Amino acid sequence: MTTLPDTARSLIDGFQRDFPLSPRPYAVIAARLGIDEETVLSILRQLEASGVLSRVGAVVEPHRAGSSTLAAMSVPPYALSQIADFVSGFAEVNHNYEREHRLNLWFVVHAPNGARVRQVLREIEYRTGVPVVDLPLEEAFRLDLGFPVQWH
Amino acid sequence: MALTSFERDLLAAIEEGLPLVARPYEAIGDVLGCSESAVIEGLRGLLDRGVVRRLGLVVRHHELGYRANAMTVWDVPDRAVRDAAAVLTGLPFVTLCYRRPRRPPHWPYNLFCMIHGKDRAVVEAQADQATRTAGLSGCARAVLFSRRRFKQRGARHAALRLLEGASRIEGMEWTRPIAAS
Repeated sequence: MTTLPDTARSLIDGFQRDFPLSPRPYAVIAARLGIDEETVLSILRQLEASGVLSRVGAVVEPHRAGSSTLAAMSVPPYALSQIADFVSGFAEVNHNYEREHRLNLWFVVHAPNGARVRQVLREIEYRTGVPVVDLPLEEAFRLDLGFPVQWH
Repeated sequence: MALTSFERDLLAAIEEGLPLVARPYEAIGDVLGCSESAVIEGLRGLLDRGVVRRLGLVVRHHELGYRANAMTVWDVPDRAVRDAAAVLTGLPFVTLCYRRPRRPPHWPYNLFCMIHGKDRAVVEAQADQATRTAGLSGCARAVLFSRRRFKQRGARHAALRLLEGASRIEGMEWTRPIAAS
């Protein structure tokens, strides 16, 4: 996916934050890039279809809208896919990854309040028989501000 | 600072993203039954207060060729964490940096950062560089590369709204929410 056209790269480089808050934001972007509004929309649709673009949207600061935690489990390899799918089935779970460690399944739980976050963790423990390590955020030194892509 | 009911509805309405149409805020307003300007001002307020950290394109690293994703963690003495973090956040390849609790004996680490790269060897070298630069060579460290990605998406505020309603119904605490989409 590093063969994106220059216009798509410019969109990604320039608009991961400070998206225009005006009635026709894509026209504002188009004017800045020297192309037309429909071209911007068309590129965004293509990026979305190819999976590069997750969405044009808001990244919400942890704990400002609900409660969240990072959780980890040590799952036997033979059961990993099945347990990972079970965990992913919760609407409260996002970002569920296998990682190289004895604690090999890592996921984020986000819910309206801390009680529900703990309830989800307990239900996962109860249903899988595998303890869940709860690692809530204590201090954020750098949050998601977008990502400078190295195109080459 | 609590969110207003309108702000919660607004976050829920845009959780799947702004629609790719000429007037996306008007389209969101149609869903919420409010004006385009109410949507714009609502988002501006959420951004100004820092509830929304950023508004814009949310891209998937993996699809852009960033296949080497390493959660790098250290066990840093509590009094030294902030100084180390200040150095780490100044490194261009560190995308996130957090302090989380230790859970001994299985998890002794308290300082976390994410390094995304295209090449595993480069990311390993960056983790080494981060360790040296932040003065953490004497600290226990682990580099957890990701293997499989089972799920990646933003937080699901619409699903959460459904749940808030459901959790008020006695005896339904364990009911799995119906997916919002």
